[in-house]
Amino acid sequence: MTIAQTPPPAGGPALSVRDISKSFGPVKALKTASLDLMPGEVHALMGENGAGKSTLVKILAGMHAPSGGAILVDGVQTALPSPRRAAEAGIAVVHQELLLFGELTVAENVFAGHYPRKGGMVDWAFMRRRAQELLADLDCHDLDVDRKLGSLSVAMRQRVEIARALNHNARVLILDEPTAALGERDADRLLEIVLRLRARGVAILYVSHRMNEIFRISDRMSVLRDGTYIATRNARETTEGALISLMVGRPVDQMFPKTEVPIGGPVLEVRGLSCGPMVREASFTLHKGEILGIAGLVGSGRTELAHVLFGVTPAQSGTIHLHGQEIRIASPRAARDAGIAYVPEDRGAQGLVKPLPIRENISMAVLDRISPAGLINRAKEAAVAKRGFDMLGVRASGPEQIAGQLSGGNQQKVVIAKWLQTNPWVLILDEPTRGIDVGAKAEIHRLICELAGQGLAILMISSELPEVLAMSDRVMVIAEGRIRATLPREDATPEAVGHAMTARRSAS
Amino acid sequence: MIGSTTLPPSGTGAVRRFLREYGHEILVALAIFALLVGVGLYNPRFVSARNLTTIFSGNAYIAVAAIGMTMVIVIREIDLSVGALIGVLATISGTLAVSGAPIWVAWTVPIVAGAAINAISGILVAYARIPSIVVTLGMMAILQGGLITATGGTWISNLPPEYLLAKMTVFGLPMPLVWAIVLTILAGLWMRLSPFGRSLYLIGGNAEAARAVGIEVPRRIVAVFMIHGAFAGLATLLFATQLQVIQSTTPPNLELIVITSAVIGGVSILGGTGTVFGSSLAAVLFATIGSALIFVNVSAYWLRAFIGTLILLTVMADMLRRKRTMKGA
Repeated sequence: MTIAQTPPPAGGPALSVRDISKSFGPVKALKTASLDLMPGEVHALMGENGAGKSTLVKILAGMHAPSGGAILVDGVQTALPSPRRAAEAGIAVVHQELLLFGELTVAENVFAGHYPRKGGMVDWAFMRRRAQELLADLDCHDLDVDRKLGSLSVAMRQRVEIARALNHNARVLILDEPTAALGERDADRLLEIVLRLRARGVAILYVSHRMNEIFRISDRMSVLRDGTYIATRNARETTEGALISLMVGRPVDQMFPKTEVPIGGPVLEVRGLSCGPMVREASFTLHKGEILGIAGLVGSGRTELAHVLFGVTPAQSGTIHLHGQEIRIASPRAARDAGIAYVPEDRGAQGLVKPLPIRENISMAVLDRISPAGLINRAKEAAVAKRGFDMLGVRASGPEQIAGQLSGGNQQKVVIAKWLQTNPWVLILDEPTRGIDVGAKAEIHRLICELAGQGLAILMISSELPEVLAMSDRVMVIAEGRIRATLPREDATPEAVGHAMTARRSAS
Repeated sequence: MIGSTTLPPSGTGAVRRFLREYGHEILVALAIFALLVGVGLYNPRFVSARNLTTIFSGNAYIAVAAIGMTMVIVIREIDLSVGALIGVLATISGTLAVSGAPIWVAWTVPIVAGAAINAISGILVAYARIPSIVVTLGMMAILQGGLITATGGTWISNLPPEYLLAKMTVFGLPMPLVWAIVLTILAGLWMRLSPFGRSLYLIGGNAEAARAVGIEVPRRIVAVFMIHGAFAGLATLLFATQLQVIQSTTPPNLELIVITSAVIGGVSILGGTGTVFGSSLAAVLFATIGSALIFVNVSAYWLRAFIGTLILLTVMADMLRRKRTMKGA
């Protein structure tokens, strides 16, 4: 166990990534990503969801093995086959989801997996003293290192995780969306800590969506798009808009073939809808044939809004009118019966029943309807499944194939097909193309346009700005649980939406 | 990937679909057949009508209890208390029979009481959200302790002959065998054809998704535990009426035998797949193995080790199959 903080060698990069690629089965998550991380630099890593940031972070953390390319630590090619080896190489990662042990003390967490020994026994005195030193360095002078970690705030826990990272004498610190779960003050303090570590010569790779933060602390920014390295810019020589353009890449209009459909009267009218801190006084109107896009960062409250509309977490106040009639949505069942369908964000966990065949997945929302005599009418079920299967063009050997065997895009089609069987008025799509590759994406987009053309009112949530901009008739921007802006299609530029998305409370 | 994915070969014909859907059940049936033939060649008395009747009829109650257990495991829960429950229900039923109550009362009460007692477990699992393994472990201890306390360990004897259901026959077939077959077929068809049955597979396969389409998952959990309790009551009738006396203790490890039947019959411990046809066949397989060991002069103590091995192999095969067929997230 090294205690002293050895200064990094001057000159060359602390960490170099050379043409790293990674495939998961047929899906290329990362193609030729390259970047240099200098000692004493804060380097922001940017890109949309699915651009490959997390994959790169996981490779550097030793959690995924790259499919190709090389990683150089202090100029020496280094393999990172496990998190332990990455730590030994001086790379420390603070993941977005903190990997800590709630039932252990702070000191035990700082040393998790690397307990110092003395005569064969754990050296508790050293462990507590060292944990205290490390945390004092991070502005936590008074933290009792014997407290159970689970009793601490998120900000404190995050500092414990950083202390753990630094305990390995890390020369490279990777922070993955560290402020996503923090309030404003805690976020500010974290940024100060980052700057202090930079002054000490640590090379910091900082993954974040928040433009103001990035411009405040970064020296350079690198942008990934579709798994490919795009460009690196000096913070002083670039602007927010320029970065967003790099992230989005091609002109948005050419991406998806949005078909114009006539927009009808109001279908869903939401007024003052609130539920907890994440959905605050949401008011909007959704029309027949309209695609209303919801843009917002992870944790902005967009999925929570969908959950309120679908009755997963019923509203605490506010009203919902469907076709002019006030409705109460107390459960998903009530939402379904009212004509609201929800294709969830995580189709694996919330949408698809993987062990069952496609047929049973498509028919599951309408079992009552196809069981007139109290028993499932096989012929009706087969017809329902066939209709859904054909309408969405599911690629499989047939409706009897097990749903879990399908590719992401086809799984998504099955989930959408399931909901269309309920003949909904309103279709809420939460991240409809997450984890789906490009070809299948275009197909899902075409489908969404078709459904709007048939008069469905569609609420589409997406982290991918180009998708929202290309598909939506209007774009609603959500941040910190509130609707911050609603922009008609022609005004919804990447800059305008990006600005509303990342602005802190002061902007409203 | 659209278009380029090579799909695993899958049957289009009815026969291939049947094989794929019931592959596990067919395997268990073949194992029984192989055992009968193999041991029968070694010692022909093994396949004598009398021995077969003893084997199948004497263990029919396990198949019946495994029907309810199958439903519980399909929804991704477990019940460790079924052995203790059968012991308690047997004592209740026997006490009623010797106290002069009408026979139909002695036969009906265990079914209703089984459902009622299991309703408590079901409610604790569904609404208090206590894992079923904990709830039913507690319930097992309560039932076992309560039984001993209430009876002081005395046996119930002098059972009226007309109470002894298991000794009766229908068209020359022993009653327990007939019941096990009829109940298995009815329950199996109901699981397959009714919306309720389908909802159990949906809940076990993905409870979140089931809830999202309007299935009231907690209510279904309570219902399944109650149905399982009722089947335990039916199993009790076949079990308790085999002999002239009812012991006031539960047959040791009965819950394990019932759970094992379901698991070896192809009911995935991860929920969402498996049929009662499989679990009933597996119950028959056990009975056959147990008897076969005697006929080939192997100590019956090996039976448990053998079945234990079979459980591990089956679960491992299930895990492998899931891993293979459900790649990706």
